[in-house]
Amino acid sequence: MFETLSHLALQQYWWVIISILASALVFLMFVQGGQTLIYTLGKNENDRSLIINTLGHKWELTFTTLVTFGGAFFASFPLFYSTSFGGAYWVWIIILFAFIIQAVSYEYRKKPGNVYGKRTFETMLFINGAVGTILIGTAVGTFFNGSMFSVDKGNITQMYDTAISRWETPFYGLEAVLNWHNVALGLAVFFLARVLGILFIVNSVKSHTIFEQALKHIWYNAIPFLVFFLAFATNLLLKDGFAYDPASGVVSMEPYKYLHNFIEMPVVAGIFIVGVVLVLMGIMRFMFCRNYKAIWFAGAGTMLTVFALFLVAGFNNTAYYPSTFDLQSSLTIQNSSSSHYTLTAMSYVSLFVPVVIAYIYWVWRSLNKKQMTIEDLDKDNTHVY
Amino acid sequence: MLESFDYSLIDWSRGQFALTAMYHWIFVPLTLGLGFLVAIMESIYVKTGDPEWKRITKFWMTIFGINFAIGVATGIILEFEFGTNWSNYSWFVGDIFGAPLAIEGIMAFFMESTFIAIMFFGWTKVSKKMHLLSTWLVAFGASLSALWILVANAWMQLPVGMVFNPDTARNEMVNFWDVLLSPMAVSKFTHTISSSYTLAALVVIGISAWFLRKKRHLVFAKRSIVLAAVFGLVTSLFTLLTGDYSAKVIAKHQPMKFAAFEGLNIGQRGAPLVAIGIVSTTPEDPNNENIKDFAFKIEIPNFLSYMAFSDFNAFIPGIKDLMEGNEEHGIMSATEKITRGKLAIDALAEYKQAKEAGNMEKVAEAKSILDENFKYFGYGYFINNPNDLIPSMPITFYSFHIMVALGVWFIMFFGIILLLVYKNKISGAGFWLVVAIINIPLAFLASQSGWVTAEMGRQPWVIQDLMPTMTAVSKLDTNAVITTFILFALIFTTLLIAELSIMFKTIKAGPKAITETGNPKAVKEDASSAGNDQLSN
Ligand code: HDD
Ligand code: HEM
Ligand code: HEM
Repeated sequence: MFETLSHLALQQYWWVIISILASALVFLMFVQGGQTLIYTLGKNENDRSLIINTLGHKWELTFTTLVTFGGAFFASFPLFYSTSFGGAYWVWIIILFAFIIQAVSYEYRKKPGNVYGKRTFETMLFINGAVGTILIGTAVGTFFNGSMFSVDKGNITQMYDTAISRWETPFYGLEAVLNWHNVALGLAVFFLARVLGILFIVNSVKSHTIFEQALKHIWYNAIPFLVFFLAFATNLLLKDGFAYDPASGVVSMEPYKYLHNFIEMPVVAGIFIVGVVLVLMGIMRFMFCRNYKAIWFAGAGTMLTVFALFLVAGFNNTAYYPSTFDLQSSLTIQNSSSSHYTLTAMSYVSLFVPVVIAYIYWVWRSLNKKQMTIEDLDKDNTHVY
Repeated sequence: MLESFDYSLIDWSRGQFALTAMYHWIFVPLTLGLGFLVAIMESIYVKTGDPEWKRITKFWMTIFGINFAIGVATGIILEFEFGTNWSNYSWFVGDIFGAPLAIEGIMAFFMESTFIAIMFFGWTKVSKKMHLLSTWLVAFGASLSALWILVANAWMQLPVGMVFNPDTARNEMVNFWDVLLSPMAVSKFTHTISSSYTLAALVVIGISAWFLRKKRHLVFAKRSIVLAAVFGLVTSLFTLLTGDYSAKVIAKHQPMKFAAFEGLNIGQRGAPLVAIGIVSTTPEDPNNENIKDFAFKIEIPNFLSYMAFSDFNAFIPGIKDLMEGNEEHGIMSATEKITRGKLAIDALAEYKQAKEAGNMEKVAEAKSILDENFKYFGYGYFINNPNDLIPSMPITFYSFHIMVALGVWFIMFFGIILLLVYKNKISGAGFWLVVAIINIPLAFLASQSGWVTAEMGRQPWVIQDLMPTMTAVSKLDTNAVITTFILFALIFTTLLIAELSIMFKTIKAGPKAITETGNPKAVKEDASSAGNDQLSN
């Protein structure tokens, strides 16, 4: 069934899958956002316990989505994997560090013998929440602003200096923070994660004190989110973009490229607008109506928005990983993908994704049937963080 | 043009990969094996309804959780390190190598990480049967993840199912099933998981033996020991079987590795197996310091030939034959391979040029030279230093022999334990209980040695014959890699200290403490519980 598709169709199919994974990842970063709010929302030990435990039931999901995102990107667009990870070394390494320390923190925080004390592990969760979100957002910002690298596949035949992809700054990726537009996206993701964190926590635990704090702190996070997001989005629509000519493969700068992408792909524009509206609605339903199910609106909105942004970055003859050092080294979904055969094989594997979503849904439902209370944590038979 | 490869960058990158992989591998085998043991324990609980089995299950599940967390922490870095530190590799073989990694994420990691939530938090939220199913799915998911990552690793040792595409300068997959079902993948997977199950059995026996020595939780400890010893005996026999199969696969497809870990310098018919040996510090061949002799050895005649080819008289090539060639046995010399490899590399360069110039005739000519010699592509990079084609013989020899000796010893050990259990003498068998505790670090030693054998033995190749380690590396600043190496060493060691400390505290607190709160509390040892155990025994 997939083998009859053209190479281009498969490349597009896989870019859609990458975009879906990215959108799921950003939604699931409510875990990261929540981790930065443990002491903000949790004013007593019981509340903090509740917050950590409810996030603790979900952190693996976010983590695994990140790992799978990496694996899927590798399998479908290996040139991105080798160029970006091997070049923007420091950005990715710092992100990875932020996730290494997360993975043990829930399990070890309160265990007797944890050596470093509970506060250390809480600090690690905070670092993961802040650094992870900001840097991932910033890194995605470079999809629209470009990086300094070159690619020459002929280098493999050069004796003693065989590297195909080379980073052309000595900062190995850290220079991305010098561009305000990248950072604006990073901070938007950070505050969005916090907003989602608040909405998730009020949805999944039962505590008046947390609810009161949440009503207050939603403002402190929703407003900066809107400011950074609007700054990012406005500039995106106004800026020049990296267009390529599918016939010749030549990359060039085009004024208002991303605006054009939205106009030329009205469905994507529609998804984007619906997404943004849903996020706003979610936030407002909680702010004004105290609706504790707002996470579902904001979550769905987040997924749609991020999905649309990724499509704008890669579709409509756009270079999704542009090089400002050498425009012609820029990566497009066509010049960086796996072969027809591999994409076909992987497409069959992708049919497995609905099964995964189904059992994740079942597990989520089984564990979140009712809101968690502090009594639940005292019960026998549960594993408490 | 550079005069030679940047070896400091390469060595630090290798060091970093080895460091992170070996840390990961401290935790992974226990996750693999304990997952199954816990699932079996819970099955017995569900079947019998005996609360003691629930307590046993929960105790080992807690140990599993502590170990699992740090396994995840060390795993994420490996996944991305192929990109960060081996970026050339990621392009050259990404078309094949990326697929198993992605499948691992989609099929295995999600299964593990989703159902682990039920396993830990779902005791009261889903039915007993669903809970049991979840525990089995976690165990199954872990082994499934091992399958895919090992398929990837096996492919590096035996690249199959692909062709080289000169236009994209990479290998492209043409047959997924060849990749999945290559003999190397079969041997890697079966041997790695069976050895990991064995390791977990040894850990369970060792910890239980500690309880027996302390005369605490006797019922718990005895039941754990019986279950683990049976499981261990079966899996360790399977480890021997699959290890032997691995050796046969290596003898056929990676003769240099085979010669190195068996310490065979000069090939012969009816080659003897060096059972015990000490490598001499002076080389056998003054012109080639990589060829080391033995200072002392005990041999079993003809056995090596039998092990490799099931034939006591088969010819086994030694390191020297592989370097200098051996016409009688149709072995090409290293120099010849290097010449051909260089031809292939130059033909690729020519192909590119001709293509740009639009000279189709030249394109076709270059392509045919390339195709003809591509088998030796990687050798072309060794034009100035052919001796680098020999892996470190002492390291591979020792690590292999340590693994095999321990493997045989473990089989005997499981037998002895079962005998003691059968004669109802296990609680009083002070000596064997100490041995059981000592076996825990030995199990980890055996497992790590296995990887050292496999990975050091295949040097200098990342992709056998096609891509040497030195051309795989990302072009980074060496200082950046040194910095991250130190950071990883620090963070992993810091986490390991916490893990061990929590592990010891949890074990000390014992299974009683677990059931009451779901979390171990540092309770003082209570004499009554030991008494109760004895009563109910
Ligand atoms: C034989 C088995 C085996 C081998 C050789 C490896 N792993 Fe592993 N890995 C596992 C078996 C495993 C596991 C048992 O399935 C783990 C341990 C804890 C866990 O979550 O799964 C795991 C965890 C784990 C994780 C975290 C998964 C999560 O999100 O839960 C990652 C990213 C990797 N591994 C990646 C790798 C890479 C890139 C390897 C290659 C060097 C590697 N592993 C070797
Ligand atoms: C988790 C178990 C593993 C352990 C303990 C392990 C151990 C090692 C060791 C000791 C080295 C040698 C480093 C050196 O020679 O400097 C190495 C290198 C390497 N291994 Fe593994 N390895 C493991 C799994 C894998 C797997 C599954 C893969 C592939 C998917 C892999 C790919 C590599 C690569 C790319 C290198 C770097 C190149 C090199 O130096 O050989 N390893 N590993
Ligand atoms: C009983 C005798 C054993 C034999 C004959 C044997 C044989 C082998 C061989 C030939 C390899 C090399 C495969 C390669 O280089 O690709 C290997 C690798 C390995 N061994 Fe063993 N082994 C034995 C016991 C053990 C034990 C007891 C353990 C651990 C508890 C173990 C763990 C490993 C591991 C983790 C690897 C690396 C993965 C792989 O290459 O398959 N082995 N073994």
